[in-house]
Parts: sequence; C-alpha cells; structure tokens
Amino acid sequence: MEIRFILNKKQISIDVKADAVLMDVLRSLGCKSIKCGCETTNCGLCTVWIDGKSRLSCSVLAASVDGCEITTLEGVEEEAAEFGRFLAAEGGEQCGFCSPGFIMNVLAMKRELQDPDLEEIKEYLAGNLCRCTGYMSQLRAIQKYMAAQKEKEVQA
Amino acid sequence: MSMTGDHTAKSSAEEMRIVNHAVPKVDSEALVTGKAVYTNDLAPEDCLIVKIIRSPHAHALIKEINTERAEAVPGIECILTYRDCPDKRFTMAGQTYPEPSPYDRLILDQRMRFVGDAAAIVAGTSEEAVRKAMKLVKIKYEVLEPVLDFRKAKDNPVLVHPEENWRSLCPVGADNKRNLCAHGVSEAGDIEAVLASCEHVIDRVYHTQANQQAMMETFRTYTYLDAYGRLNVVSSTQVPFHVRRILANALDIPKSKVRVIKPRIGGGFGAKQTSVSEVYPAVVTWKTGKPAKILFTREESMTASSPRHEMELHVRVGSDDEGNIRGIDLYTLSNTGAFGEHGPTTVGLSGHKSIPLYGSPEAFRFTYDVVYTNVMSSGAYRGYGATQGIFAVESAVNELAKELGMDPTVLREKNLVREGQVMPAYYNETAKSCALDRCLARAKEMIGWDEKYPCRDMGNGKVRGVGVAMAMQGSGISSVDTGAVAIKVNDDGFYSLMVGATDMGTGCDTILSQMAAECLDCDMKDIIVHGVDTDISPYDTGSYASSTTYVTGMAVVRTCEKLREKICERGAYYLGCPVDDVEFDGEKVTNLKNGESISRKDIGNKVMCFNNEALSASEAFSSPTSPPPFMAGIAEVEIDKETGVVEMVDYAAVVDCGTVVNPALARVQTEGGIAQGIGMALFEDIVYSKKGKDYSNSFMQYKIPSRLDVGNIRVEFESSYEPTGPFGAKSIGEIVINTPSPAIINAIQNAVGVTIRELPATAEKVYRGMQELKD
Repeated sequence: MEIRFILNKKQISIDVKADAVLMDVLRSLGCKSIKCGCETTNCGLCTVWIDGKSRLSCSVLAASVDGCEITTLEGVEEEAAEFGRFLAAEGGEQCGFCSPGFIMNVLAMKRELQDPDLEEIKEYLAGNLCRCTGYMSQLRAIQKYMAAQKEKEVQA
Repeated sequence: MSMTGDHTAKSSAEEMRIVNHAVPKVDSEALVTGKAVYTNDLAPEDCLIVKIIRSPHAHALIKEINTERAEAVPGIECILTYRDCPDKRFTMAGQTYPEPSPYDRLILDQRMRFVGDAAAIVAGTSEEAVRKAMKLVKIKYEVLEPVLDFRKAKDNPVLVHPEENWRSLCPVGADNKRNLCAHGVSEAGDIEAVLASCEHVIDRVYHTQANQQAMMETFRTYTYLDAYGRLNVVSSTQVPFHVRRILANALDIPKSKVRVIKPRIGGGFGAKQTSVSEVYPAVVTWKTGKPAKILFTREESMTASSPRHEMELHVRVGSDDEGNIRGIDLYTLSNTGAFGEHGPTTVGLSGHKSIPLYGSPEAFRFTYDVVYTNVMSSGAYRGYGATQGIFAVESAVNELAKELGMDPTVLREKNLVREGQVMPAYYNETAKSCALDRCLARAKEMIGWDEKYPCRDMGNGKVRGVGVAMAMQGSGISSVDTGAVAIKVNDDGFYSLMVGATDMGTGCDTILSQMAAECLDCDMKDIIVHGVDTDISPYDTGSYASSTTYVTGMAVVRTCEKLREKICERGAYYLGCPVDDVEFDGEKVTNLKNGESISRKDIGNKVMCFNNEALSASEAFSSPTSPPPFMAGIAEVEIDKETGVVEMVDYAAVVDCGTVVNPALARVQTEGGIAQGIGMALFEDIVYSKKGKDYSNSFMQYKIPSRLDVGNIRVEFESSYEPTGPFGAKSIGEIVINTPSPAIINAIQNAVGVTIRELPATAEKVYRGMQELKD
C-alpha cells in the first residue's frame, strides 16, 4: 500500500506492506540514527516524533502514519549536536547506541516541560534505557544545557 | 638530543596539558548526531539474512533434519546443519592462544546442550523468506536427561561433553568425563590450623546469580569475500584479533584468509569477549561466496549469549577478638553452562581478587571447581569473577563485624591492604600503588557514615541503612596481555595513531590519543586515531581484563618515545647537524647550537620525497605484573518495612585508579559500573524453568535499572601513582561493578537486620527475612 508522510520536512511517498513497522521503513529511508534495542517497547532507542510527540517507532505500523509529520534525529541534527556537546562534555554518550532515542526525548521534553526539576526529568526519560549507564552524566548534561538555553533566551 | 623524556614519570596535573583533563570523546559528534557508524548501519543492502534454528530441549541429539521443503522457499540460499560444518572443536572465548577455555564447540553440533543451542542455520535474501523456511525445517530430536543443578553436575552420570574430540589446551584441571571445566587449589600457610586457633570464624555460603551484560546493541556481524577471496568480517566485538583465530579454527581455514574489522560498538561489558555471533554469517559467506549478516534479537541475546557465571561461594574468615583477620578460606563452585568459555579463568578472580583486599593474613586457601551444565554458556562480564568473589568475601567480613560488634569500616581499617604490602593471594605481587585506606576514609566522609551508621528510622514506615564494601581488580592479565601501537608522521606533520585496542564506547580511542598528544607535545587535533582492522592495526589482545589504559597506554608511551627519537634524527639530518645538538618541542626540531629549526610540518612533507626511511614507530608492551586499582563503596538504602522494597538513596564511591587519564570518562565508567552493580544487587536474575528454559528472555522479564532505580551516585578519586603504568595510571573499567552487591546487602543488614546471601535482594527476600526475625 502507498502511504504519504512528511519526514524531516520532506514529503515522502512510499509503498509499504500492511504489517511494516515504522522503524524499519524509516531506516530503509536512510534514517540510520534509529536503533532497535529490545523488541518489547522497553528501551526507547527507536524514539522518533510523530506530529511532534515522542513515539517508539518499533511499535507503530507504518501504515498508521499516513498523513503525519515524522521527525528523526536526522531532522534536528543541529539541535542534537548542540545538546550533544553538553552530553559529550560529561562523557554521557559513552557507546552512543542509545543516544539518538535519548536525545529525541530530551528535545521533546524541552518543548513540553517548563523548568522541569530533577525528578520530572528522570520520570520523563525513564523509558530511555542506557546500559553504559550514563544516567548521572546525562542528568548533569541536561541541567547544564537547560541553563544555557535559559541564558540564551534572557540575552535574546 | 634532548627529549621531554620519561613520560611515565610525569605525575601532577599541572605538568600535563592533555592527560588528566576531561577531553570529550573523539567520536562524540558522530554518536550524538546518530551517524551510521555501527555494524548494522554499515552492512551492504544485499546481505543474506542469517538466522538460527534453536533447540527447544536442554539436552538432546538430533536424529533427523529434513530441509527439503524449507529449501524450496523462494529466496532461500542455504540451510546448514551439523553435517555441513567441520567436526573440529574450538572455543568461542576471546583469549590469548593457547586458550584456557576448552575446545568444546562446533559451529553446529549433533548434540544440543541447552535450550537455544544452534541446531541449523538458515540464510536467504529476505527476513520473510528466512522466517518462513525456519518453520519448514523438520528436526527430530532424541531428548536426553539434562544436568541443570550445578551443585550436582560434577561426576554426574549425565555428561554434557562426552565426545572424544573435546580438548583442553591448558593445564586447568578440566575433565569432560567428570563435567569438569576446571579445578584448582592455591594456598599459603596452614589454613586449617589458623582457623582452628581463631577466636571467631565466620562460615557462610553465598550465591551469585547469572547476569546479562544487556548492552544496548545486541550481538551482530556481517561478512563478505573481498577481491582476494578472503573472508572479511565486520563485527561488534571486543576482540578482533581473537575473532580472526576463532573463525579460522571454526571454519578450519588458514588465519591469513580472515580479516576482522571493528566499527563503533554499542556496548560490550565482556559479552563481546566471546565470539557469540561471528561464526554463523562467516560459514554462510564461506560456503556461498555471498555477503551475509546476522542480527541477534534481544531474545537471542538473552537466551543464547555469554552471561556472568553463576557461582556458589563457601567462605570461612577467621579473626581474633580484636578483629585482626588471620585467615581466609574460599571454595568457589562456578557454573559455566553448556560450554567452557571463560570458565577456567573467571573462577580464578573470585579468589585472587577478593582475598588480597585483606593485607597479609597468616594463611589463605582458595579452591574451585567449574562445572558444565545444560544451560547457556557463561562468558565474560565486567568484573569477571572478582565481582562474585568480592560479594562473598566482603559479605563474610561484614558478618564478622556483626559478630564482633564492630563497625564494619573500622574492621576494614584494621585489615585492609596498604601500599608496599605483599599480597600473597595475588601471586605475591606488591601493592606498589594503593590508596585504599584513603578511599575508605573519603567514602565515609562523603556519605556521613558516623552519623548514619547503622540506620535511621525515618518515622514513615521506612528505615535507611548504610553499608560498605571494598574492591580491587587487575590492570590487564600479567605476562599475557600485549598491546602494540603504531604512529606515522604524515604530510603537514599530522600523526596517525593505529591501535588494536577496541573502543566499545569506553573511550579508549580518546584516552590513547590523549596520551599520544601529551607525549608528542601536540594538540589532540594533530592526531587521528584508527582502530581496529586486523589487516592494518598492530596486534592487541583486545579490550578486556581492564587492560587498555595500562597495557595499550604504555605501548603508546613507548611508541611516542621512539618516534620522538626518529623525528629528532630526521630533523637533524635536514638541519645538517648532529642529532645530539637538536631538541624537539612538538612543533619543531631546533639546533640548539645556532637556533636554526625545521617544523614538524616541513619534516612531514620532506619525508615524502627522496627518502629511504619511513617516519613511523611501533612498539609493544606487556607487563609481568597487573597492578590492582582499588575502591571503596558505601550504599545508603531505604527499606519499606511493610513490603521489603529496597530503594537506592545514595552511593558514595571513591576509586584509586592511579592517575586519572580522563576525569569525565573515568567518572562515567564508575557511575555506570555502579548502576549495573545496583541491578545485580537488587533485581537482575536469569531464571530457568525446571526443564532448562530461560524465562528471562526480554527486558520485560529481565529488568535492568532505569534512571529511576539508581538513586544518587557520587564518585571521587583518590589517586595513587602506579610506577609501571602510563603517567601513573591503572585500570578503571571493571572494578567499578564490584562494590554495589556487598555494600547494598550490608546496608539492608544494617537497616533491618536481614542478611541476604543469595542475590538478588528482591523485596520478597527482604520481607521474608524480616518476618523470620519477628518469629
């Protein structure tokens, strides 16, 4: 079946099988940032945005995103790199395999929550597993990144 | 010639520009922007998809395999059975030859030894075709009685490896006709006499469970033949050079036919020190000539992989009334599962890296058996047996403190190993660098031990307790691990640093570059790092056994020293002066007599024209000793008195890894190891059915810590200076997983009086323990 959606601001039209999973379709379209870590919707590695909301692309049928707007890490590369510099300064990316899904969710959180405290950050990101596990360093990176963002806003 | 000289002697951070600084990882930008740098991102589109049909029985013989209908499925390239594979046993353990792990594997075998063992390989052009064919392969099994209880495995009439071509290459006490993968004793002094004369003897049995490394990237490999007809293997591995040998052994082909490339790795933690996935696409490519890839599902990564060895540890610790520890006796029974990968070696660390924490007792004895059973093979997991041994010995010491009515930190202060002491249970090595005493003192301060010990009732049905443990590890395998490094000077004078050590997210590409930049007095940007391709990279045993910083790090230092000499020689030649007159400051070679100089850039360009000597150096390093890092960890937990639920509140860890090469990376290593250790202490467990099926086959059943489960983790460093290490450094990667289990169990004990001797400390066990205390 043919579906049409917007992927990282580009119109896509593609023929997919009815049971095709969004994660596989997006990877076949070159979005290699998306990783599969578990098959049971526990790990958060395959997080993308569908119409601006974080979703696990491993558990979304491609057919269901017809007409939607999809964003992957490739679509927010600059913003990811900016936050990524804070993450790397703490060493928080480590093996990097969970980083794309994690960063997608961090950037979603930034859009959704105003001044989240530590507990709110942890809860928002609880579905993003990291075995390395950079939980503490990621928290430090997020706090420093958010503070820097605020400073930017004040200056602007 | 004057050189900046002995870089092992540089010690203080003030002197160092790059080492001991928190430099971001050299690959960080690619990782945080999701670039296609991992195995599956790089695999060609036309790879055959390889999958494995796995045994539903814990122990069985294949009587018949019918592949006829499956082969007829469109897109199926081949279906391989044991008849298609060499009948020559090998080991999948990534270890230096001759491997201590027995040669007990075939790529495919007629005998199935655990639920999940490989029965057949199916390869086809699409996932769909392969899945369909897998259902159509008909296998008849003769189901045999399995050995599932590792306490009854030794000398059991049922043999896991009855075959005649089973081989043990090293004298590790293995005997397949007794289900024994290894057996050994090491001792000093008369332990029985010492314990008999002790006023207090703690005599306890502890059990540590099998754990999954659960790295986010499951096992995966792709293979293809190159223009020379050689087997090229791109794999998520910690041990590229060992994989080359393992594949040559498995396929029974010359090693020269195999090339192994390691891209970015999505975590290993020891799991990928076993060649879990490589043989399957390799045999398909070798047979068909076509590229092939295998991606283990998470379920396969949970049920047919290389988890931590389950161990039962019987400890006896004896002391006098004042708490002077006089003797330690340890017997470890280790479950290696269906195959012996890392069986003979992990068990050794359970004694050799736990007993030496306690200075020089009058006597010690360490005895062990490693047995085969019909569950998945165990392997290497961060800590490598030390984790298990330290849990048992540290728990026994905590129980001794309780019996003596003594603060467990005070008992440790009395007995812990100190700098300069000889460690009889650690191959009589001397602790040349040891700040364990400072680590413990600082950890106590950080947590506020004196105010919080043993516990505080929070008045809301919850009670908080603190608990302590110490740990050690090694820095590489002494007299075995070898790291070689090569550095070339290129046009405009930039350096390429070639390493065989495998960065698996740990950051060794970065810290080795830091060391090289420090030694060569240049910037990080002047160095490009390349690893690992077995055709190109200098030999390295691989990244395991906490070896990279220490072993490969020293190879970097040596290589840089040699290269500096060569740069001086070339510079002097171009300046037309004797080499003794010049100095290299990193940027230029200067004739000290007349001030004339030539830049590194010019030297780099000049050696590319009319030159008969390559401007490069390559040196190796191997150490007769393995200097242990040390650490102290203190856990604060909160227990719900009604439910037994244990929550992490705080964890204070202080590590002595010698000079800290990269404080940010060392810190995240420590925080990460502790978080994994918390999972081991509180909930991670591989649970089997009565018939040997692994129930813990997904993240649903095998919970790993989320960011809500680990509480606050605080890390500091108390550096000693290791004279044999690069810039005074020792290792960091493994030791950090060793304190949580004993420290958390001690905190539970101090909070509610319940002593858990079988990990993990689930709410149920804590609750039942509390009920028993009430009765």
